[in-house]
Formats: sequence, structure tokens, C-alpha cells
Amino acid sequence: MISINIKINGKKISKEIPDNILLSEFLRDNLSLTGTHVGCDTSQCGTCVVHLNGNSVKSCTTFVADCDGAEVTTIEGIANNGKMHPMQEAFKKHHGLQCGFCTPGMVMSAVDLLKKNKNPSEQEIRDWLEGNICRCTGYQGIVAAVKDAASKM
Amino acid sequence: MKSFNFKSAANTKEATKLASGRATFLAGGMSLIPAMKLRLAAYSDLINIKKIKGLSGIKVSSKSLKIGATTTHAEVAASKEVGKSIPSLSMLADGIGDPQVRNRGTIGGSIANNDPAADYPSACLALNATIHTNKRKISSDKFFKGMFETDLKKGELIEAVEFEIPEKSAYAKYPNPASRYAIVGVNVAKYKNETRVSVTGAASCVFRSKELESALSSNFSVSAIDKVNISDKNLNEDIHASAEYRAHLIKVMAKKAVSSC
Repeated sequence: MISINIKINGKKISKEIPDNILLSEFLRDNLSLTGTHVGCDTSQCGTCVVHLNGNSVKSCTTFVADCDGAEVTTIEGIANNGKMHPMQEAFKKHHGLQCGFCTPGMVMSAVDLLKKNKNPSEQEIRDWLEGNICRCTGYQGIVAAVKDAASKM
Repeated sequence: MKSFNFKSAANTKEATKLASGRATFLAGGMSLIPAMKLRLAAYSDLINIKKIKGLSGIKVSSKSLKIGATTTHAEVAASKEVGKSIPSLSMLADGIGDPQVRNRGTIGGSIANNDPAADYPSACLALNATIHTNKRKISSDKFFKGMFETDLKKGELIEAVEFEIPEKSAYAKYPNPASRYAIVGVNVAKYKNETRVSVTGAASCVFRSKELESALSSNFSVSAIDKVNISDKNLNEDIHASAEYRAHLIKVMAKKAVSSC
């Protein structure tokens, strides 16, 4: 067991945890933050993407022990007082989702993109979303949503 | 996943001390954690080296570019110093995995792992890199020993990778469409007295192509590659590409690299 201090969606948490548990497991099983999904569990599909100290990472390939002192933001942490984040609004408006399984990772990844590149081209959006797999939409609605959100953020 | 003890080292001395028995160092973990999940690897202890001060960062001098072991691929890709001194290295870093892998994965981790299809080992060989460890300096020509095998000894920790700045260089990769690992990647670096060419993804370990080097050292042009004969002996063969196709791709990627130099 190892003791960690971590800030998740603005809330400070101090806990004793097993050394080998993953951030994705901790979020879902210990904190019931089930918005972060686990798809492949092999760092390929991207539905587990969260922000770690401001950068998007795959929470299924990150140990919680490695996040001591870190700030984590999950999909539950981006809405503001019940008002959806502009990226979430854009996904809704452009049908950037169908089944919704990949959506939390897509949104978190896309928010990170717009932090680093305020006005990405279509190709840059597609390249950035390389690590997020969607089996429903064919990506068109997702790309349109990211473009639209870029114009509003 | 099998259980292990997670420990963070404050400095390299402590890291070496902790790395006894079946312990290993943990940097970004982008290869290590998947390998542990698949039970291809198991350790008694993981020694986190990301909190060690001085292991991360980029320094440029007139002759060389030195990158700290725990510098992430995203940091290398975004660095203005790297973009100015060795632009092919920025491009290489920007093409590793996906953005989330680049946000976590490190240069030291990549070369210590020495995956046969990884990108950084090819840069080390082409750009005549010196690997600085806590014990010694190792020439890249002696560092990469075989598949997932390096010259690092037990408890030896990479501190930085120092690249010799070339006149010009380029990296051309034919990526696996799913993983973005190189099916074949060719790294070309032109220096005053020689041209160095390395190949990744094609064999069980990254290697220098003597044939391409001698052709390009005497005539640095795309047409010089036409006359080179690349044997498919000892090249990889899998569902993605036959050995013959990889041999063909080596020349195609070499031409692409030279023309974009």
C-alpha cells in the first residue's frame, strides 16, 4: 500500500491505495467516477483519456501511485455548474456520438488539442484524434464538433 | 497485474540503490505498463525516476543537442531548440504513437526498451548519439545490442541522450496504420565527412545500412540510392510485410528521406 495526495476535479483526496492500481480503476471503482470508460485496457482506444496536470493521458496506462501530488480532470469535471462545456455542446449539436462509449475520451482529447492549438485544421484534428477510436460515427460528426468548438472557445 | 512496490527516487544515487533484485526503472511507462498488463514482464519494484531533478530538459550547443532522459516526446516535438538544431528529430518525436503516448512517453524509456520498430533508436544511430548514464558514456553504435536488448547494466540509468548536430537530416517512416510503429523507418544524417543511415522496423534490432551510407557518403542524392542493393536476408517477415517488401521499403524510405533533407 502507498499513500497518495491527489486533486481530482478540484477536490483534494488523500488515500492509501495498492501500489499497482491504475488511474482508470481508481476513478471508476474507488471514486465512482464512471464517466471515464475502459474500452481496450491496452492504451489503444482512448475512451479512458483524462487530463493529468493539464495534459491528456490514458488513465488505463497510468498508475495512481505515479499521480501523487498531481491534478486530474475527468469528463465529470469539465462542465461548469451544470452547464455543459462548449466541446460537449458541440458534440451534441453535430451528432459527434452515437452509442457514446468513446465520447468521454474524445471530448477530453479534443479539449487538450484546443489548449495547444486554438485553430486546428481538419487534418490536425484527425491526426490528434489518432489515439481515440469510434466505431459508430465514422468521425465526420466528431471532426465537425471539434471545429465548431474551436470557433467558440 | 501482479503486485509490486512503487517507489519514487529523489536522485540517481537513490534510484540505483533501489534498483536491486527484480526491480526496474519507470519513466513514462508507455511500453512498460502494457508489457506488465500482458504479463510479458513482472517486477518486484518499480522505481519512478520522473521526480529526479535534472533528468528532464533540452540543451543545445554549437555541436550537439542534449535531451534529458525523462523529457517527453511532446516536449521534444514542441521544443524550438530541437526544431532549429535538428528538425528531423522534432518530426520524429511528433510521429510517435498518439498525443497521449507523446504526453507521457520519454526518450530515455524508448531507447532503454529498444523496441525493434521504435523511432528514437534510429535517430540515435543516424545522429551519432552518445548515451549518458550515471556510470559512463556509451556510443550509440555500441548501445543497441539486439531485440529489446541494450548495453545497459543492472541498475544503470540513462541520464541524457546527446545528438551530434548534422548539416542536414531527415526521417522517413512507413508506419503500421494501427500502431504507428515503423514497418520500416529510415533515418539519414549528412555530416561533413560522412553520411549515416539507420533503419528501424525492418529487422530484429535497429541497424546502420553500410550500403546506403557508402553510396550517400560519396554522392548525396536520390539517384545514388538506385544503384544500392538491399538484401532481404535477416529482415522481418510478418502479416504486415514480407522480408522482400521491407527490403524494397528501405530504399523507398531512404529516397524519401534524402529528398526531404
